[in-house]
Order: sequence, then C-alpha cells, then structure tokens
Amino acid sequence: MPPFVAAGDAPTWAERGRDAAGIALIALLLGIPMIGLTTVDQGGALRVLTRWPLLAAFVAAVFCGRLLLRHALDLLKRRRRGRPGAAAEDEESGRRGVRMIGWAGWLAFGAALVLPLVFSDNRYVVDTATTVLIYVMLGWGLNVVVGLAGLLDLGHAAFYAVGAYAYALLSTQFGWGFWAALPVAGLVAAVFGLALGWPCLRLRGDYLAIVTLGFGEIVRVALVNWTDFSGGPNGISSIPRPSFFGLPFAPSGDAPTFAASFGLEFSPMHRIIFLYYVILALSLLTNALVSRLRRLPAGRAWEAMREDEIACRALGMNVTNVKLSAFALGAMLGGLAGVFFAARQGFISPESFTFNESAIILSIVVLGGMGSQLGVVLASLVLVLIPEIGRDFSEYRMLLFGAAMILIMVWRPGGILSRREPTLRHAAAEGGHA
Amino acid sequence: MMLQLSGVHVHYGHIHALRGIDLSVQIGEVVTLIGANGAGKSTLLMSLFGQPRVSSGRIVFDGEDITRLPTHVIARRDISLVPEGRRIFPRMTVMENLLMGAVMANPDNLEVDLKRMYALFPILEERLEQRAGTLSGGEQQMLAIARALMARPKLLLLDEPSLGLAPLYIKKIFQTLRELNQNYGVTILLIEQNAHHALRVAHRGYVLQHGRIVMTGAGRDLLASAEVRAAYLEGGNPGN
Repeated sequence: MPPFVAAGDAPTWAERGRDAAGIALIALLLGIPMIGLTTVDQGGALRVLTRWPLLAAFVAAVFCGRLLLRHALDLLKRRRRGRPGAAAEDEESGRRGVRMIGWAGWLAFGAALVLPLVFSDNRYVVDTATTVLIYVMLGWGLNVVVGLAGLLDLGHAAFYAVGAYAYALLSTQFGWGFWAALPVAGLVAAVFGLALGWPCLRLRGDYLAIVTLGFGEIVRVALVNWTDFSGGPNGISSIPRPSFFGLPFAPSGDAPTFAASFGLEFSPMHRIIFLYYVILALSLLTNALVSRLRRLPAGRAWEAMREDEIACRALGMNVTNVKLSAFALGAMLGGLAGVFFAARQGFISPESFTFNESAIILSIVVLGGMGSQLGVVLASLVLVLIPEIGRDFSEYRMLLFGAAMILIMVWRPGGILSRREPTLRHAAAEGGHA
Repeated sequence: MMLQLSGVHVHYGHIHALRGIDLSVQIGEVVTLIGANGAGKSTLLMSLFGQPRVSSGRIVFDGEDITRLPTHVIARRDISLVPEGRRIFPRMTVMENLLMGAVMANPDNLEVDLKRMYALFPILEERLEQRAGTLSGGEQQMLAIARALMARPKLLLLDEPSLGLAPLYIKKIFQTLRELNQNYGVTILLIEQNAHHALRVAHRGYVLQHGRIVMTGAGRDLLASAEVRAAYLEGGNPGN
C-alpha cells in the first residue's frame, strides 16, 4: 500500500471527534426550531414551550451516531484496500454479483407468484402489491428510454395517461373489452411516443428533458380542458373491469359468473387477485421482451447510443431509428400500464397523471440503477412501500420519503443495482476459448 | 481510385474552414494529412461524412459521389472512421464494442473477423468481458481501431490515433497500421499531429495549413523537407 494512502486512511480520534462535532452542531441548529421549541394549545391561546433536554439528547445521539458511522466506514475501507489483487477480485465479485442478481430475480418472481395465495384474504396487501407492480411496469417502460437509450424523459406519465384514456374511451364509448383494447391502446401510446420522439431527435440531456416535461403537461392540460372528449376534470367513470375471459366477477346473477363456473363461493377478493395476476403477467411479458431485446443488436444499439451518439453515427447506425424505437417501445409499455390502471380503478381523471407521477417513475429508474431490470423492482418496492409504512407517521410521511431517497443516493450514487450486466457472457466466453 | 476530393470548401457560419481541397487516395495506399491545430484536419475528415456538409466541391468514394448522402448511409459504405478521442462505448464490454462495429456487417463473417482482431490485438482477447472504459488509453485506441475494422472497410480513416498515448503505444499503433496495409490490403487515410511517425508510415502526405493544402509529396520526401521539419518536427520530439 503506498504510504500516502495509508496516511489518509487512518483518521485520529481527534479528527473524528471534530467531524462528529461539526455534524452535531448542524443538528443543534436545525433542532432548535424543530425540536427545541414546540407550541401547545392552552385554552385557545398558543403558547411556546421549550424542550431543551430532548434537544440535548438528539444532538448527543447525532454525535455518537456520526462517530460510529465514521469508524465503521473507515474499518470497511481499510479492509477493502488491504486486500491484494483487488482488480481480479473485483472481476470475480462482479461475476458473483451477476449470479446473485439472477437468484434474487427468481426469488422475487417466486414471491410474487405465491403472494396472493398466502394473503388471499388480505385485500390491503394484494392491492399494495398490485400498485407496486404497476410501478414496476411503468419503470421498465421508462427504463428503455432513460436507462438503456439514455434519453432523459420527464413526461412518461403522458403515455400512462394515453393508455388509460384509450382504454376508458374504447370501453365506455364503443364497448370494447379489456383484452381487445389492450393492444390497441398500447399502439396508440406508441404513436404518441413517436410524436414526442420526432421533434426531439436533435435534442440531448437538459433540453430533451424540458421538451418531454412540456409534452407531459400538454397531454394533461388537454385532458383537463377538452371536456367533450375526456370528460375534463371530472374524468371518466364506470369503466368496465376486466372479466375472467368472459366470466364476470359478480355475485351470482343471470349470466354465468366466475365464482359460479368454478363452483366457488363469491368473494370480492377473486377480482383483486385476478387483477394482481394480470399485471404480474403483463410485467413478466415486459421483462421478457426488454431483456430479450437488450441481447439483440437493436437493443445493444440503444445502449451504444447512450454511451456515444457520435461513435454510433460513425459506425453507420441510423440514430433516428434507434431513438424513435426506444421512445415508441417505452411509450407502449407505459400505455399498457395505463390500460391496466384504468381497468383496475374503474375511474380515471387527469389528476392521476400529473408531473408528480412522471417524477416518481423517473425516481424508480434512477434509484434502481439506470438500465437494471431488478433495480426497478427494488426501487418500486421502496418507493411504494415507504409511503405506505409511513402512514403511521401522518404528516411526517413525505419527510420520511425524501430522507429515504437521499439515503439511497448517498449510499449508492449509481442506484441500488448500478452494475451493468453485459449483454452476452456465454458467447464471449466461447469466443475466448475457441 | 479509392477517394477523391476536388475543390472542397467548408464553412462554419462565416468561418471558411476548408478553402478548396484537392486530395486523393489510391487503392492500397497509406496517405497522411498533417497540420497544426485548427488547420482543418478534423473538419476535412468529418466533411467526408457530411458533418459539416461541404459548401462546394465533390467527394467521390470508390467511384460513387457521396457528397450529399446522409451520414449513416456514407458510414455504411466500405469506409470506417476511428474518431478523434477514440469514442469507444465505456460502459459496454470489449466484446460488445466489437459487436457494435459489426452492426452493419454481414453476420456470417462475425467469427472470422473476431479471430482476426484477436490476432491483431491479443490484449483485446484477454479483456473481452472487461468494461471498455477500464482499459488504458492505448488499449482503448486499439479497441477503437478493431471496432472500425469489424465492418471490413476498404478505406480506414483515423483521426489522430496517437493523441495522448504513451510512446510505446504510439509505436505499436503505427506498426499495426503498417501491418493492416501490407498484410490485409486496407487503404488508410491518417490524420496526425505526430508528423514524424505519420510520414514514416505513409506512402504520401499532404500538409494542411489554414484550410489549404500547402505541400504534398512522398512521405519520405516530406519528412526530409526543411519546411515540414521546421514547422512540425523540430519543436517536437522526433524520437517518440
């Protein structure tokens, strides 16, 4: 180990103490208004009370916590540096990492498959899991655009809205069923993707982000104001729910129902669980499609374009087609998620497709690690479950949400799973030994 | 004739970057274009691909007028560019980079071409699964050349391949270029600031100054010429 590294490697306790004291001072300054002072309602009059002991405990806790954290980080760093042959080990750990991600993926798949059977009488759990899956699907769609093709899209909720409204209108106005409307709505969303992609071909980075942001708003504002078409702010209600291949989920009536046909007692949970499996199937299809495309030249071209657009041009790739295909596919997947959303809710309005929604989907992709499929699943879990868990903290819920996001970004700046999996391992190995 | 530029002018807005270039590359030749910073070397190379478009003049490649073709169509002809600064795909593996080079090529040739690249650059075969961004500068340059060769070009264009490399790698790169030309029959147009190495490899050379070709001749003659020595060699380090 070179000596200059060693010198910087071992901070003395005095240094650590100073570091922790600095952090504690910040905690103190922040804590005076937030913890030290509180207001109570005494017979209609508001009085300020002080809570100095609590504040002192808080500051002390921050000081000790920082000391411990620093110590742990240094230990970890020293152990990592001390090992010889770090590069080779890194390669090996990378391979192990990929294998572990594979296992984790199958584990998640298994868990997703049995979840509604285990919680078959707990509507809250299945509903929340369905929400998670909707975000997984949206994340995977956006992942094609942002993660693979590297085109920053801040208006993904627009495609989500297009899909949802396409299904809502097709079903309420023309009586189309869920399964018939699904591909059509997907196509409509893809066309919108092309419509967005076309003017953006020459834009990159921040500029592209601004245009997509504007596009998202245009779609939403159009839906709010075009009352004849979309119902305006009132939205569209009584959208038909998907049936089990023609068998409705209803208490027994004239027509054969799902419960009656299978000799089951009617339960509202049947539909909830069915919906869960529908979105699970859609997500798995999406995953299979995207993973497969990534291994084909078309998908590899997306990633190459993210890496270096000019080099791609020099290699004879038609960058226009590469960009448009990414936009269209991402939009289509967003649209499919929208169809499902409309069918599940039975009611949609422009409220559901605000910029906030786009931001959450983008956060899922970025927090998950751009381009990582499993990362999107993990990030969706985190971003949907934290507000749910946070319900107990009432008004501090969004504070918790923000803190969690900051922590993830500090802990893993590249996202939860930032390691990029090569698109072909076996072929490379064969080529190497041949 | 592999490549022929006649009376090529290029403007960047009001700036007249190339002022009537006549340049030709015969089949099987190594031709180098040397010149100082800002002389218009890279502009000339990029204008072959239509970025920027020439304002007047004609570019003929392999008997076909490519002056007005779209960039990606030109790049699909038997012409490959090793861009300035290498521009490999850093987060993708070495293998994936090579595959991207062959993206427009006949897939049947893939295995054969990969073996050729491993023979030319053994280091790449050792690093196939490594991320390209973790290679050293010299290795990245080799990868950039190999990626360009995967398309089986008749004409290979290189924009300052020795830029920022260690002397040992510079030597290796120029050796490789000579080998490509002699053993594989690849025609090469090489743009360089490193006049010493470039002129030694090249059959013929052009000297570009302020958007005009001011001198042309056999590589050996240019290397010996007093003006070239004064302008491009004496200040530098011919030994590297």
